[in-house]
Amino acid sequence: MTGPVLDIRDVSVGFTGKSGATLPVLRNIDLQVAEGESLGIVGESGSGKSTLALAAMGYLKRGLRLLDGSVAFRGQDMFSRTRQELEKIRGGELALIPQNSGQSLTPTLRIGAQLIEALRLHSAVPGAEHVAKATELLGQVRLPDPQAILSRFPHELSGGQQQRVAVAMALAGEPHALLLDEPTTGLDVTTQAHILELLRDIARDRGMAMVYVSHDLGAIARVCDRVVVMYAGEVVMEGTTRQVLKSPAHPYARGLLASIPRLADRHLPVALDGRPPAPGDAGDGCSFVDRCALAQDLCRSQRPDLTALPTGELARCFFTDQADRVSRTMSGAVPVEIKPDGATALQLTDLSISYHQPSLFDRVLGRSDARVATVDEIDVTVRRGETLGLVGESGSGKSTILKSIAGLLPPAGGQITLAQSEALATVVENRPPDHLRRIQLVFQNPDDSLNPRQTIAEILEQPLRLYFGLTGQALHDRSVEILDRVRLGGHYLDRLPSQLSGGEKQRVAVARAFAADPEIVLCDEVTSALDVSVQAAVLDLLNELKEKQGTTYIFVSHDLAVVKALSDRVAVLYQGRLCEIGPSDQVYATPSHPYTEVLLGAVLEPDPDTAPTLAADDVVELSPPAQGCPFQRRCPRKIGPICDSETPPWHQTADGHAIRCHHAITDLAAAQAGQAAE
Amino acid sequence: MSVASVPNENTRLARFLSVLRDVMARPSGAVGLTLVMAHLLLAIISPLIVPYDYKAMNSAMMLTGPEAAHWLGTDHLGRDVFTRVLLGGREALLVTGIATPIAVTWGGFVGIFFGLVGGRIDEVMMRVVDAFLSLPWILKMLVLIVTFGTGIEVLIPTLAFFYGIPVIRIARAATHDVVARDFVSAARARGHRRITIIRRELLPNVLDTLMVEGAMRWSWMLLAFSSLSFLGFGVSPPTPDWGLMIADARGFMSFAPWGVLGPVIALSSLIIGINLTADALAKALGIDRAQKAPV
Repeated sequence: MTGPVLDIRDVSVGFTGKSGATLPVLRNIDLQVAEGESLGIVGESGSGKSTLALAAMGYLKRGLRLLDGSVAFRGQDMFSRTRQELEKIRGGELALIPQNSGQSLTPTLRIGAQLIEALRLHSAVPGAEHVAKATELLGQVRLPDPQAILSRFPHELSGGQQQRVAVAMALAGEPHALLLDEPTTGLDVTTQAHILELLRDIARDRGMAMVYVSHDLGAIARVCDRVVVMYAGEVVMEGTTRQVLKSPAHPYARGLLASIPRLADRHLPVALDGRPPAPGDAGDGCSFVDRCALAQDLCRSQRPDLTALPTGELARCFFTDQADRVSRTMSGAVPVEIKPDGATALQLTDLSISYHQPSLFDRVLGRSDARVATVDEIDVTVRRGETLGLVGESGSGKSTILKSIAGLLPPAGGQITLAQSEALATVVENRPPDHLRRIQLVFQNPDDSLNPRQTIAEILEQPLRLYFGLTGQALHDRSVEILDRVRLGGHYLDRLPSQLSGGEKQRVAVARAFAADPEIVLCDEVTSALDVSVQAAVLDLLNELKEKQGTTYIFVSHDLAVVKALSDRVAVLYQGRLCEIGPSDQVYATPSHPYTEVLLGAVLEPDPDTAPTLAADDVVELSPPAQGCPFQRRCPRKIGPICDSETPPWHQTADGHAIRCHHAITDLAAAQAGQAAE
Repeated sequence: MSVASVPNENTRLARFLSVLRDVMARPSGAVGLTLVMAHLLLAIISPLIVPYDYKAMNSAMMLTGPEAAHWLGTDHLGRDVFTRVLLGGREALLVTGIATPIAVTWGGFVGIFFGLVGGRIDEVMMRVVDAFLSLPWILKMLVLIVTFGTGIEVLIPTLAFFYGIPVIRIARAATHDVVARDFVSAARARGHRRITIIRRELLPNVLDTLMVEGAMRWSWMLLAFSSLSFLGFGVSPPTPDWGLMIADARGFMSFAPWGVLGPVIALSSLIIGINLTADALAKALGIDRAQKAPV
């Protein structure tokens, strides 16, 4: 085959806005994917990357239309084909793996039936061999016991397994090209690393072309040869993965890289201020001009072309020679360290939480509740002014613990103590106003935590009225002051949340928490719904507020690098049990608990030179084991029966680092040092 | 930055006007709202413009067909049908116009309350509501009317009570969607009282659904009222009312169809108008999921 597998020429896609004007979502996209090549498309939300991926299949979402250009797959135009022809190609020669496969698998059909349907429609395999072929495909995506999986329903599989089934279905038609739309977003870090390795291997073995759409440069670094950076519906940069990730020529790519928190960094990531223009708002000049450090008059009046640089990369910028001024090593703020005065801010004593409520039937029969608590044996003391990070995969109980501290989920046992000795009521309704005020909660997704029907003024007024009884001018003045503190002005007061960007909304949510003048702020995945450039700004803000107010944070996240950036101490949770706790430098270094080791090994860095280490299987456990070490079933350093039967002891070092494992700390240190040397 | 394009008017009036514009921009909304407005206007001014006295009988001119003096002819007592059609909606609009807001208010409040409380109380109460709804409405209403008699002072509370019950279900379902969201958890964690949470967090988000539901309830209530009149339990003669007029004229339908057609067209145009408006309102408010903007 001579030409490219996928040939996108000068494609523009747009929709008709409310005013009747045509607003472009994609502008003049030119892209070729060669046989066997894997291309990454990176961009933040709204950059048009998913629209582009779907357009490559000849599909546009309702309301969108092709304004210009053509898309050819293996030499044939996609937009001029009939529905029947497209049906043959899609899912067959050109397969899509969507973001959330759990939602794209039919819940009422067994995996086998769905796979066989894909084979029947898109492959030449004779009917009699379908089952054998399906089993083979499941084996190829490295699912354990493929025969058994065939007869399962989608909900019986974990997220990672569902994603593997989606890959198997895509492979059924022996595709020439795979389109992947954020295939690992929403999966746990260890699972994500496994899926990426799988995709890499499959693409290499079959010589398939891949188009990998993601916001995650770490994932892109792992699977792609070439990367396209999109911004406001256009390609701003194109180059090899190494070029884009090491020394990108476009200032946006530089800024994006700098805004990603990394494990090795001692400082907070650098925020990229502002937000991308809405469709149709880009003006005549460069679309990035409002956020660019290099912007000059020329950039405002004229749109730069995508020009080839001597190094072979393409960049849409007039001043690529000056890109070094926006250095990747540009250092962000250093996380504030408030010397804890030793006073306790919050203490969790033997906290256990259970979602399981004994049914009426069981209670009548006098049956005792045999289930294991979701969260158990949590003993943590948070000192005043400290930031405690809680990390763990989904289901590790980290958000559950926060809910319990906030009083939204009564614990099954144990005690939560505020300051030195003030016991907190388990239910929020029983807490005195003073306790309520001192603990505030910031949620993951501001779209969900801000009432869409309230203006920013009404949102901020709630805590101010409730805790301080402010009214009238005093209320207004205080609201403006609080908005200023989160770097939003008083003119935001009259807006509705829907009129703000994601980052601005999260700042309002932070402002609302700080309006109560709290001592402890519980942050539940506060940045995971945000784009990386915005995430950096929110982390920066939290850091700044901590410096000014001396607030204590309990910071929950699944992202180890984000936790590292902000936390003084880190606690690692698995299945609702603490595995390791200590100063963040030490938790992130060796020796560490085997689970921490697995987690750290799976972190994807936006660097083509690092590879994740895959130590444990990506099995998702639905409930913790009844006895022994919670990590017994996945542990790569399992000793033997002792791990299954006995709860491991805490090993403590002098500087407050504690690991809960049957291995002695010195053994772990020796083993992990040995591995690092290999 | 797009700051300049952000409207700084986020008042309720601004939102009302923008929704109204949206409703009028849709064909169903424009036709529906025009019909409803015309009916309301006629109900107010009809006593001033009717050509005849609605009570005036004329034994010399019974069941005449449409003619220049009587556009819709006369009924079996020689009364002008056109006059009676113009006046015939006043009672119905007055009764349902008062009963609908009452029904939506009490049903909405109870529904939101159960939706917020949840748990076992909510389950039990909903089964009670289900049981209640499984009985034919006309039976339940007739029991009350037979017990307490007819007349506005009985009809309004009766209609408001029975039509508030299905609103409970709708309000509860809408509340369930909202209660699960983090801003309600945030309000709980701050320690707001339940009534504050209902008023500030839940009600504004459920109000859109309630408004559309209210419009639908209004049209059903009009039908119910007319049915009661038709059966002789609503408006008492000689007051003109569409339901009553249909009942009176149905015996002569084979040779004097205009006596039935007049009130039927009036009643159905009002109900179609309300339904079209409710439909457009749902779309304008974004409650109708199928119509959500694609981008």
